[in-house]
Amino acid sequence: MLKHRVIPALLLRNGGLVKTKKFKVPKYVGDPINAIRIFNDKEVDELMVLDITASKERREPNYALIEEFAGECFMPLTYGGGVISVEQAERIFSLGVEKICLQTAALANPKLVTKLAERFGSQSVVVSVDVKRNWLGKPQVYGSAQGKALAESWLLMAQRLVNAGAGEVLLNAVDRDGTLDGPDLELVREAGAALSVPLIAVGGVASLSDIKALVDSGASAVAAGAFFVFHGPHRAVLITYPRYHELEALFANGIT
Amino acid sequence: MRSQLNKIGLKIKPGTLVKPQVTIPALPICNLGAVANMVHKCGGEAFITGTPQDLYRAQRIILAGVGAFDAGMRALEEGGWLKPLNDIAKRGQVPIHGICLGMQLMCRRSEEGVLPGLGWFDADVKRIILPPGSRLKVPHMGWNTLNIHSANALLSSKSDEQRFYFVHSYHVVCDDSVDVVASTTHGVDLTAAISRGHLYGTQFHPEKSHRFGMALIQNLLEL
Repeated sequence: MLKHRVIPALLLRNGGLVKTKKFKVPKYVGDPINAIRIFNDKEVDELMVLDITASKERREPNYALIEEFAGECFMPLTYGGGVISVEQAERIFSLGVEKICLQTAALANPKLVTKLAERFGSQSVVVSVDVKRNWLGKPQVYGSAQGKALAESWLLMAQRLVNAGAGEVLLNAVDRDGTLDGPDLELVREAGAALSVPLIAVGGVASLSDIKALVDSGASAVAAGAFFVFHGPHRAVLITYPRYHELEALFANGIT
Repeated sequence: MRSQLNKIGLKIKPGTLVKPQVTIPALPICNLGAVANMVHKCGGEAFITGTPQDLYRAQRIILAGVGAFDAGMRALEEGGWLKPLNDIAKRGQVPIHGICLGMQLMCRRSEEGVLPGLGWFDADVKRIILPPGSRLKVPHMGWNTLNIHSANALLSSKSDEQRFYFVHSYHVVCDDSVDVVASTTHGVDLTAAISRGHLYGTQFHPEKSHRFGMALIQNLLEL
């Protein structure tokens, strides 16, 4: 039976690993290669590395670093950040990366999603949709490159990018990012019911029961950052990952 | 190390370390880096080549591929790989391991495309059809366990659960169940591994399956 994937999502900034809170106040949490080695030893299901400043700074992906990551990853690896062309994507795939996560470029140019899907298969294209609730609690797409909410409905945007060829959607609850306050299950319920492709939920996960709740709400996979890198009330850096038998017990019934 | 190498039948000069070599055709449809990384991790040497003639000197071959069936067959044809691959498959001395699309290309045809496959296995590739009302999704993407039908040189039937990473929307259906080494379940039974003589196929990605994949690639290096 297919397992639900539990995915550490690592944020990269200036070559170091950081963890944000509501997409702000990046806190340095360590050396990425070291972290990836630890996650590899812990046999994580999959790993995501997102360069959070590449698009903002209009920078090329750091290929040398990505190559080092791939050399340490004996599980599927998703890279995101600063990818704007098929050529860049091809170079990244050839280094040993399985999936590329697009956001800024997908919003500006949905044809890139289609081109990547046609060339490399939709299973290798993830689109990230960041959703932030406004003061009335209404969910809106947050363009992280623009630093503000966008006009289009978040769900329609996700569907549009799936129709363009994306094989997975990374749904990011911005208000829960790094808070360890628990996930936004309502968003996941809506997205899970509306999307035909696997949904990766991220944001707010603080416990195994949060992971289970997300899966029960319709997520195919759950990603988390703070939950895997912080420990205790003072957010001390400690890399952890649930043991396989813990996850097995959590998802005892698998996907049905 | 030396004695280990002797055990697997490699001729070595005193004082030199010879690593078992895997030749990997550099097709534009494949995830070369990941496969090469795993071969290195397992103590082998990955020889990635763009020259089809190099296959005639190969000790073992990995045919790795992701993407669409026709794109894969076209890449084999346009790159001049078809003749050497068919020659070597017919000779039956050098192990050839197809991974994911690489395994599907070893079949006769695919519902995903119109081009004929290599036809090494009496098998067709069909779209995964889930049972009505299933909440499962296609592609079958993620970690799944195997039901081993008959262990082969790559996959042992040890009692511990073995899990592997899959990503595919089409699956291989063999005429003869004897060719099926292992299957997996995703709403329906899907062929996970096939073999016949020196030909091996895995629908899953051993290069991305932690120690389970490592064990499989190590077994390939010992062939």
